[in-house]
Amino acid sequence: MTLGLAARDGRIVAPDDTTAAPLAVRGLTVTYGEKPALFALEATFDAGVMSAIIGPNGAGKSTLLKAVLGMVTPVSGNIRAFGRPVSEVLSRIAYVPQRATVDWDFPTRVIDVVLMGMARELGLLRPIRQDHRDRAVACLSRVGMEHFADRQIGQLSGGQQQRVFLARALAQGAELYLLDEPFAGVDAATEKTIVAVLKSLRDAGATVVVVHHDLATVASYFERALLINTTRIAEGPVADVLTSETLQATYGGRLAQAQLAQILG
Amino acid sequence: MAGASHRRSSRRSSAEMWGLGYNAALVAIGAGLLGAGAGITGSFLVLRKRALVSDAIAHATLPGIALAFLVMVALGGEGRNLAGLLTGSALSAWFGLLCVGWLTHATRLSEDAAIGAVLSVFFGFGILLLTVIQSLNMGRQAGLETFLLGSTAGMLYSDALTIAIGGGLATLAALVLRRPMLTAAFDPGYAVATGLDIRRVDLAMMGLVMAITVIGIKIVGLVLIVAMVILPPVTARFWTDRADRVVLIAGVMGGLTGLVGALISALAPNLPTGPIIVLTGSLAFAISLLIAPRRGALAALLARHRYQRHVHLRQGLLALALNHPVHERYTLRLLIHAGLANPDGTATDEGRAAAARALLDESRWQVLRADPAQEIAASHYDGLRPIETVLTPDQIAQIDARLAPRPLP
Repeated sequence: MTLGLAARDGRIVAPDDTTAAPLAVRGLTVTYGEKPALFALEATFDAGVMSAIIGPNGAGKSTLLKAVLGMVTPVSGNIRAFGRPVSEVLSRIAYVPQRATVDWDFPTRVIDVVLMGMARELGLLRPIRQDHRDRAVACLSRVGMEHFADRQIGQLSGGQQQRVFLARALAQGAELYLLDEPFAGVDAATEKTIVAVLKSLRDAGATVVVVHHDLATVASYFERALLINTTRIAEGPVADVLTSETLQATYGGRLAQAQLAQILG
Repeated sequence: MAGASHRRSSRRSSAEMWGLGYNAALVAIGAGLLGAGAGITGSFLVLRKRALVSDAIAHATLPGIALAFLVMVALGGEGRNLAGLLTGSALSAWFGLLCVGWLTHATRLSEDAAIGAVLSVFFGFGILLLTVIQSLNMGRQAGLETFLLGSTAGMLYSDALTIAIGGGLATLAALVLRRPMLTAAFDPGYAVATGLDIRRVDLAMMGLVMAITVIGIKIVGLVLIVAMVILPPVTARFWTDRADRVVLIAGVMGGLTGLVGALISALAPNLPTGPIIVLTGSLAFAISLLIAPRRGALAALLARHRYQRHVHLRQGLLALALNHPVHERYTLRLLIHAGLANPDGTATDEGRAAAARALLDESRWQVLRADPAQEIAASHYDGLRPIETVLTPDQIAQIDARLAPRPLP
């Protein structure tokens, strides 16, 4: 690493303070057209921790994940995963996209979707063998979907589809899991299953980062939270981060006092 | 020379054993191979929802054909050299593709608008060049316009070989790239997140379609080649819910279409081969559209009819349970037919039992739907679905406890 200094939050800091955290974002700015979706965002996600990214609609939550994965090109900023550029460690990162981004009439079965998670290992030509299928079914059974392996993906309910997506991420065997609103529009049983699986991943040492929209469940699901609205409002343990000041700063007047009281207990 | 003509005559005699002319046999084999290749490569394009790109590709070949002819004549060569013409068409089709890509990326034009623009500009320019070539009277230029609608009359053994090799290579490449192409088609966001360069995957996919197009314009013509790329996969989609089978069926379907179409046109030599092949493919499509299970029009109609009967029966039973008169004649007919009602509109014993069950189910649903905590389970309510398929027996018992005791009728 070359010697040098970088500015952050108006302070001068050493450029190597990003460490080897599973995910570290420094000074990230992403714009769509002229309007910044993210501005000078700072965030660090530590190993073995389950974190939520929280913020109102249009705060840049999904954009942050997209920028991390190279789906949008940032105007400026530095993103490192495990201390290296993300493109070098993509095999260690599993992504669960928003359900709405997929064509549900696509002719594919549940098991084919899960096998997609093994793309790197299968390569272009290696045939799919029985042990691949067995592993795919094992991933499905972790999310309670093993009996749906042969269904066309569009025949499933929203919650079931989301669980299949999670199974695909499991099949990849990653160390960092990025999930974009996995609980949006799913039933309570699915939410419970997904949370349980994520917690078991965390307990096994994986890092889990979830774009989350339900403030009421943040405290029970996650250890840390990142509050953003275009830029970082607060970051840290959930209990420290979710205060009425930070929530007001994040959501402005959009959060009623009654809601606030409920979230803060 | 003597050896070559001898080989040719022996080939000729084996083709004639089929009862076909030598040319007809060549055309049939060539068209079959082309159809299979077009069906397989086209599947990926259709699944990626970019079928129309093939139309832009096909029309963008025309200026390349004309320019290649001019260049070859200017160099003192044979203007109608097929390899030269195909190279020219490939270059201009590739340029057309780049234009479509650039227009959608650099401007706010949507892809369909960009396709329309590129298609018409290239085609117009190509037609202009053809007209110029004809007026120049350079000799032997006749036949260039056969690339528009295809021509099989003068098909040579070398042409068939070109199609076989080119189509085979394109098919092989498509099979090698099948996983990235299908991932990109199903879930582009995820594909990028796994490190796939989606633009390169798309370019490869369109390059394969372009190869097939260039190879096929001699037989089918550039106006109709699109049909060979699009029809087999959309036909195949009716018959399967699996992407790998769409590709397989489209390959078989495309091959058969080409073969059968070419054979039909051989039986009626005055009919043009390209349009006959396309019409054959359309027939397969139309039949699939009608009779395919689940996705076909007939299946959809039957399913709707079944659903309607279900709704009428349910409403009739609820009416019987509440002692309301059944006004609708269709409902009454269904009830009578099912042995649930008498011709006078009163319930049979069986009808009374079924009506009570329907009413209980409905009342349980009402309790469930009134409970804000059960919003998701309640969202399954459609007036038909038995509550047992949504809730566990325990949950139903809880609901029953909350059901107000209903006075017996």
